[in-house]
Formats: sequence, C-alpha cells, structure tokens
Amino acid sequence: MPFEYRGDIAHADVAFDAWAPTLEGLFREAARATMEVMVENLDQVRPAQSLELKLEQENEEMLLFDFLNELIFYKDARRLILLPDEIEISPSDSGLTVRATLSGEEIAPTRHELRTDVKAVTMLRYKVEQVPEGWRATVVLDV
Amino acid sequence: MNVPAALKRISETIWELPVSHKEGMLVPARIVASEKLINQMDAGVFEQVSNVATLPGIQRYAYCMPDGHWGYGFPIGGVAAMDPGSGVISPGGIGFDINCGMRLVLTNLTAEQVQPKLHQLIDRLFERIPTGVGCHGFIKMKGDDFRSVVQHGSRWCLKNGFASQEDLDMTEEGGCFPGADASHISQKAVERGYNQLGTLGSGNHYCEIQVVQPHNIMDRELADAFGLTTVPNQVVIMFHCGSRGFGHQVATDYLKLFLSVMERKYGIKIVDRELACAPFHSPEGQAYFSAMKCAVNMAFANRQVILHRIREVFSDLFHASPDELGLRMVYDVAHNTAKLERHLVNGSRKELLVHRKGSTRAFGPGLPGLPECYQKTGQPVIIGGSMETGSYLLAGMSTGGDAWFTTAHGSGRTMSRHEAKKSFRGDKLQRDMEQRGIYVRTDSFGGLAEEAGAAYKNIDDVVEATELAGLSKRVARLVPIGNIKG
Repeated sequence: MPFEYRGDIAHADVAFDAWAPTLEGLFREAARATMEVMVENLDQVRPAQSLELKLEQENEEMLLFDFLNELIFYKDARRLILLPDEIEISPSDSGLTVRATLSGEEIAPTRHELRTDVKAVTMLRYKVEQVPEGWRATVVLDV
Repeated sequence: MNVPAALKRISETIWELPVSHKEGMLVPARIVASEKLINQMDAGVFEQVSNVATLPGIQRYAYCMPDGHWGYGFPIGGVAAMDPGSGVISPGGIGFDINCGMRLVLTNLTAEQVQPKLHQLIDRLFERIPTGVGCHGFIKMKGDDFRSVVQHGSRWCLKNGFASQEDLDMTEEGGCFPGADASHISQKAVERGYNQLGTLGSGNHYCEIQVVQPHNIMDRELADAFGLTTVPNQVVIMFHCGSRGFGHQVATDYLKLFLSVMERKYGIKIVDRELACAPFHSPEGQAYFSAMKCAVNMAFANRQVILHRIREVFSDLFHASPDELGLRMVYDVAHNTAKLERHLVNGSRKELLVHRKGSTRAFGPGLPGLPECYQKTGQPVIIGGSMETGSYLLAGMSTGGDAWFTTAHGSGRTMSRHEAKKSFRGDKLQRDMEQRGIYVRTDSFGGLAEEAGAAYKNIDDVVEATELAGLSKRVARLVPIGNIKG
C-alpha cells in the first residue's frame, strides 16, 4: 500500500505516511491520500477536465507542500476534485520545478462519497525524505 | 497515561509544567483540568503547551484549557499572551480556521411546538444552508465585493440586509475587527473564499436545534438574563463554523512567509515549524495581523449570513416573522484569534496580544467590550459538545484574569478521526441517534462517524473544570433534538 493513514498523531486532524520509488510517485500517492480524505471513492471521479500546473520551490519538502495546497485550492475555488495524471520534477535555478497535468471533475454529491473537507497542509511532523527504497513523506492535514 | 513526571498540581484544577521541564521555556505551562481530564490528555498537549512557553514575549503562563488535545503548533485549547513590544505573533497560535466560532440564537418556541415539524425543519435547514466538502454559498459576488466583506464583516451584512444592529451588538467586537486591510490578502485567498459566504463547511461544523429543559438550568438568574427562560422547554439554535477556504488560505500564505523570514531575518529559532512566527511589530507580523482580521471578519459575516438563512427557514415553516418567533442572538464567540486586549499584569493594566486557539474569550462582569446588557452577567460563553451529548451556555467570571479571561471551546477529542471511522458506522449512528430523539442530516456518513460522541471527552467534566478553575460558570445545559452536519 503506497499510503497509510495514521491514528497516533493529531487526533482532530488526518495524518498519513506515503511512499514511492520515485519523487514523482510520492507526489502522486500524497495527492491521492489527501483527496481520499474528501472523496472516499476516488475511482468514481471522472477525468472531465484537466489543467496544467507548474510550481517552483527550493526543495522537495516545500514543493510537495505547495503541490498539495494547489489541489486543496482548486477544491474550494472551483469545486474540482483533481488528481495528477502526469508529473515531472526537474532541477531549476531556484531549486526544483514540478510540471503536472491534473484531471478530474466538479464535486458531484450523487456519485462522490464525500467525507471531510481538508483545510490545509500543516507543518506538524511534516517530513519528506529519501530512503533506501525511494521517497517517503509524513503529512498532517487540518480538517 | 501521558502525564509527564514534572507535572505539578497547583490546585484542584490547575496543573503546571515548570520552566525546567524543557530547554527554552520562558514561563511555566499550565493546564486547566480535573484529575480525570488530565489523565485523558494526549501526549501532544504536554509537548505543545511547553513549546508555546518558549515563544518570545510570552507573559505569565502558556495555558491549555480542559478540552485540550493535540493540535499543530499550539495545542487545541491553547492560550498565550505576548508583550506586543518584544513578542511575536504566530499563525500556529490561531489556527488555519481563523475565527471558527459559535453562535447561539433564541426562539420563543417550545420543544412541543417544534417536534411535529422537526424533520421538515432539519430537512429545510439542510437544503438551505450549504454544507460539506467544497460547498459554495448562495450570494453571488465579485472579488471586489468580497474584499468589502472581509474588511467590514457583519457591518457588510447590516448594509446588505442580512443583519440587524442588535445582531452586531451581540457579536464579539461588533462583528468587525477594525484594521482589516484587504491589501494584505492574496488573490488566491480571495478566489478560495468569495464563493463560500454563507456556508457551513464540514468536519466538526454543524447547526443544531437544542432544547433548554427546566431541570438543566443551573443558574436561574443568568439563564433569565440570557433569555433562556422565555417558555418552558425553550428551543434554541446553535451553530459552529468559521472563515472557510479564505481563512485557511490566509493562514497557509503567512505560515510560509513566516518560515522564510523568521530565522533568516529575525534570528528567531523555534522548536516546531508550526510555531512559525514574526515579531508583532515587524512588517510581516503587522501584515499577518491585518490579514487575520480579514479572515475574522469573513467568519463573522459567514455566521451572520447563515443566521439570515435560518431566520428565513423558521419564518416559512412556522408562518411568523423572525421577530414574532423571537429569533434573537444570545451571542457570537470566536475560537481562533489573536487580539490586543488590556489585562492586569503585576498590578498595572498592560496591552497584550492574546492568542486563543480552540479556546473562547470569557470576559467577567464589568469588563469593557461587553454589551451593556451583559455588563452585570459577564460574557455568554457557548460551549459546543459532541452532536450526541449536548452543549452548554456559561458566563465569564471575574476570577478569570490569570488565564486572560479565557475558557474552553468544546468537549475536545479523545479518539482520532481515523480510529473513530474504524469504530463507528455513520448510517447506524444516524439511526441510533434518531431513536434517541436526535434527527441528523449529513452529506457524509464517513464524516458523521468521525464525529461520534464517544470520540470526545465528557462535556460535563470539561465545563465543570472551567467553573472550578474560576473561568466560566455553568448557566444551562442544552440538549440536541436535530442537527445538520457538514
């Protein structure tokens, strides 16, 4: 399982560990873990719309922080449940750049099993690290 | 059992971690709790309240209220007052949901009058008040209108027909923190928020129909003064929500800004990145204070617009005007804010920046800032329990000065959402509650399971501890009969 929710920290919030062989894979899993807090049946989200995203940050940690916050932003601003299709992370002058294609659709309460709104990605116990198997992150979401 | 060995009992309901407990603590950390509640506190409370005690400029004590639990940066239930001259402001001491708060509204209807129409009432409230993940509101506005909302809060509502002057008088700070300047908020925050005015959100946000049963009135005189004894078994409305995506974005924007300047520009080292902060009088600190006020005002306006909707629903269903139905506010209290207030420190009055995160201001009788009608009673304090167990109305006490006139805000979780979701089923919980006389509507059975009563501390224990600590006095217990949950 590429991500796992944790019950041992931050009782009122949602904590998860995510891991993947590549940094791109980690972003994908962390995005899924974040969106699944809001929609239980993510497989029912249709790729009706897509948009391009480009973000720059100084390191992996802040890049993932911004990336997850973008997904939360679109959920509020445009009522879109989005997941990454393609992700590419490359070095840039300021550190790292992520280019991603996000796809999904507007929240449809009749088809989407809605759960709890995610308000923000917090810095509590927040960690993105390279491990022998690839990349690993610990994230606590404020809900 | 998570209680650290260094914890000392100061009185029946006050516990203290001395400055020697952790390197860098500038003041002791105090936790308000009975023996039962202190033993139920999770490890995060002790860790986080002692972290708060290391923040520059903190005065007297870092506090945690009896409903405290693991938060981020500050514990939920955290309170800290900073010297504005030498101290910091920290978004971690306010929370992402800025001015998440409670509002209590009276009716002159009895439970017997409401019961036959309860299902219709809850169904209509559920239809008319947007709830759940990413919900948008019914007021269509442009970005510029929204900037006016966040600068003027409930005053915008008054001007646009969603409020009365009496509503504003019964709201903390009149429903508008002065000094909110929309030039300090990002375009992203505006885009996240301008569609969400008048929405409840999800998680622990709800709107509840409650009954004041005569045997649950604990202080008759205060209950009279707060309007809870108009009729026997009087129906009241309590709701809980905040500044929605707008406030969350303001907090995220400034958390990032503070992380980038705190150590590099101001040489401040902290023990937890969620305590990111900046000197209060720095350009960044002042910009955040102003942006935070915008989010505070958005939350006041949000609750005001929801109240407008509630009045429409009652009016339609009971065929009488809101005035005829006695739909008047008791009060509106904020949970997640920082405010400049004057408090007694070593015998003289001093201006302090009071951070309250998941805690409620509870001004005692006679304090400036209370409406005239509450000068003798003290401030009404609205404490929401879990949706299954009941809530309380309390009053601020004159003995609350040590904790900067602050008290608890809810019952506080003891079980994680993850665990609660594994332990309870939302659809079964809904049926069980209906058998016990509580009709619930929700967008999310998963979300409902996470809010099960057993995931929370006992509300009776929490409010009793606040009274024994001299922070807030019990006026009445309020029993739920219907609830809409985000």
